[in-house]
Amino acid sequence: METRFHSVADLEAYRRQLQAVRGPDRKIVSVCAGTGCRACGARGLAEVFREEIAKSNLEVELRVTGCQGFCERSPVVVVQPQSIFYQRVKAIDVPEILTETVEKGTAIQRLLYTDSDGRTYEREQDVPFYRHQTRSLLAFNGQIDPDSIDDYIAVGGYAALGKVLQERKPEEIVDLILRSGLRGRGGGGFPAGVKWQSCRKAHAADGIRYILCNGDEGDPGAFMDCALMEGNPHLVLEGMILGAFAIGFPGQPKGYIYVRNEYPLAVERLTRAIEQARRCGLLGKGILGTELDFDILINKGGGAFVCGESTALMASIEGFVGEPRAKHIHTAEQGLFDKPTNLNNVETWANVPLIISRGLEWFTSIGTGDVSKDPWGGSKGTKIFALVGKVNNTGLVEVPMGSTLRHIIWDVGGGPPPGKKFKAVQTGGPSGGCLPESLLDLPVDFDRLTEAGSMMGSGGMIVMDESTCMVDLARYFLHFLADESCGKCVSCREGLAQLCAIVDRICKGEGREGDLELLKDLSTTVQTASLCGLGQTAANPLLSTMRYFEEEYISHIHEHRCSAKVCKTLIRYVIDDSCDGCMACNAQCGTKAIQGGKKARHTIDDSLCTRCGVCMDVCKRNAIHVES
Amino acid sequence: MENAELESILASHGHRPSELLATLQDIQGNENWLPRESLAHVAAGLNVPLSRVYGMATFFSSFSLKPRGKHVCTICMGTACHVRGAQRLVEHVEREHGIGPGETTADLRLTLETVNCVGACAMGPLAIIDGEYHGQLSTQTLGRLLKKLKG
Ligand SMILES: Cc1cc2nc3c(=O)[nH]c(=O)nc-3n(C[C@H](O)[C@H](O)[C@H](O)COP(=O)(O)O)c2cc1C
Ligand code: FES
Repeated sequence: METRFHSVADLEAYRRQLQAVRGPDRKIVSVCAGTGCRACGARGLAEVFREEIAKSNLEVELRVTGCQGFCERSPVVVVQPQSIFYQRVKAIDVPEILTETVEKGTAIQRLLYTDSDGRTYEREQDVPFYRHQTRSLLAFNGQIDPDSIDDYIAVGGYAALGKVLQERKPEEIVDLILRSGLRGRGGGGFPAGVKWQSCRKAHAADGIRYILCNGDEGDPGAFMDCALMEGNPHLVLEGMILGAFAIGFPGQPKGYIYVRNEYPLAVERLTRAIEQARRCGLLGKGILGTELDFDILINKGGGAFVCGESTALMASIEGFVGEPRAKHIHTAEQGLFDKPTNLNNVETWANVPLIISRGLEWFTSIGTGDVSKDPWGGSKGTKIFALVGKVNNTGLVEVPMGSTLRHIIWDVGGGPPPGKKFKAVQTGGPSGGCLPESLLDLPVDFDRLTEAGSMMGSGGMIVMDESTCMVDLARYFLHFLADESCGKCVSCREGLAQLCAIVDRICKGEGREGDLELLKDLSTTVQTASLCGLGQTAANPLLSTMRYFEEEYISHIHEHRCSAKVCKTLIRYVIDDSCDGCMACNAQCGTKAIQGGKKARHTIDDSLCTRCGVCMDVCKRNAIHVES
Repeated sequence: MENAELESILASHGHRPSELLATLQDIQGNENWLPRESLAHVAAGLNVPLSRVYGMATFFSSFSLKPRGKHVCTICMGTACHVRGAQRLVEHVEREHGIGPGETTADLRLTLETVNCVGACAMGPLAIIDGEYHGQLSTQTLGRLLKKLKG
């Protein structure tokens, strides 16, 4: 049911009406259907729930939500009012969940989460993965059907906007954000309030100021912004509307959200949310009956990492290729279409309504440092990380700024999988770096990570064990960046190509004396001579792995050895005595490199072997090993 | 693509050069790739040089200037998928179907593409086959999924 709100009072009356029918005892089955759970068949699962509920005569609401964060155990289902948490749910479990849990209120043991010590947890909030987090931004994802503006309003959505439009002046909001110490979540950590202030002060001849949201999420291996846009689109919109008021009122603020092409579901959900907000009078002319006019358009990216950079993003919205420009003139003064422009990341915007509704003290009580005099003085609030790689509980993790890596990876993440040993954690994506075990007690905030040679970045956190080769990882990022460099600066275009060539050589066992010095030298050139953040930070993954894992480079260069057994030219496949000559590998080998007939122990002809690993996959006796 | 269809796409974006990216996305959405004639038509329709249209089409990795196959298999090469062995999935398709990333089989049946992260990183390694997401893939499962494709 959507109604148009002509005033803040209208909105509040509607909220009370919604809350009155939504008592705390209401029965709800919420099924996670974020992109991750969809990859595990969650969409089908939601359909089965829908059909089974229709067949039964149960009074229960089915809520299909965005990402709830515990992707490792997907698809996940939570049953309210008890908050019973089920994981790895299959279609055949659905009837039982309805009769046992929804109807009778009893938990089904086999679907509950069990930790590595064999302890079982019934309620969502007790599961260690959730218990050790501080969820304020992500808290709503499980309570909201992203396609329903009613769900958002019922949990307090647009209340911050109402309050501000009724009681506050734009300058007060800018000041509040400045004093909150909110720093940009897109990577740079620039204080949002400082940016807002300069954009508000900038001269706008025709009153137009652009309010942009960066949903490009270019860090490959991170999906925090994806989960917010997919799971709670109205939170992002509310943040932007508040920004439009603070930065561009009175005047003609205009909004754009730039979403990465690879997130079709996010585009779908945002599009629907914007249409709803327009129908409800929360976007468009005269928002909530006030003088504020503001609308938001969506721009889909084309799959280029560099388009996440502010000036490239603006060029792309203007219809040009995404090449960054020098910022002699700040985008706050002349950005999109040469108008004053304020760009913030998705998660930055999502923080704004919470800061306003819960207050400055709440926000500044979370995090590190002191921002009362200087917004650069600390890192405040929570941060969402995408914890992935070789870790037990992969998923989205929201913790206070300043939590240690150990807390995130062990308490929340459950540590590396059984039998694996932690080796390094990569933060900050292609602009960030790799941190070793010795730095696990490092508090994660903007400044500490930079000091350690890495970066907060947008919040990607990839855990690696001994089967990851650090030289190969540096090579991966260098190739990624060389591919994604727009090619404008010689230092970035050619420098990265040369760095790739040298590291490729090292991975092939053709490294030379002096290569490490050459890499460092060239890295400095790429860092100093490039125009935009891409080139300036491109050497970070290389330099940080050289700093903390130098011995791996040395063993590649001098001993032609890859201890992680990854670099193909430096490894060999061998078959041991437990081979019973079953011919399975023999039949699969594409290059006929495996000799030995039926019942005869097989051997591998190294000169023919392409190291594809198929033989190892099909061997039932685990008789095939990799040596280096 | 019929000229009338192209015209309606151009019109839906108000013939605005600033919407070049969205215009090309719509054309590719319809046609599955960007034929040369369509690019020329867009350049004329928006009154911009063909070089600008071509520059846009080659800058962004989501565009294809060659016909794509009936089925498209997109393998994620993001960092999370990389450390969980995405490269081996690509090699599998290379070996079994004789196509590398960006290539299409001669019978126009299958195209292999790679992408840097689709936002389901916890499920890696991952592939999208004809729009369906498949997580935690092994080479064997991927092989089975590709064999099952019809036509
Ligand atoms: C190469 C490059 C890629 C970037 N990619 C992103 C991105 O994907 N998402 C993002 O929010 N910021 C990205 N940024 C940072 C933006 O330029 C900009 O600082 C940010 O969006 C500002 O918002 P914030 O202050 O709220 O973080 C990137 C920067 C560079 C140099
Ligand atoms: S890295 Fe593959 S989905 Fe993100």
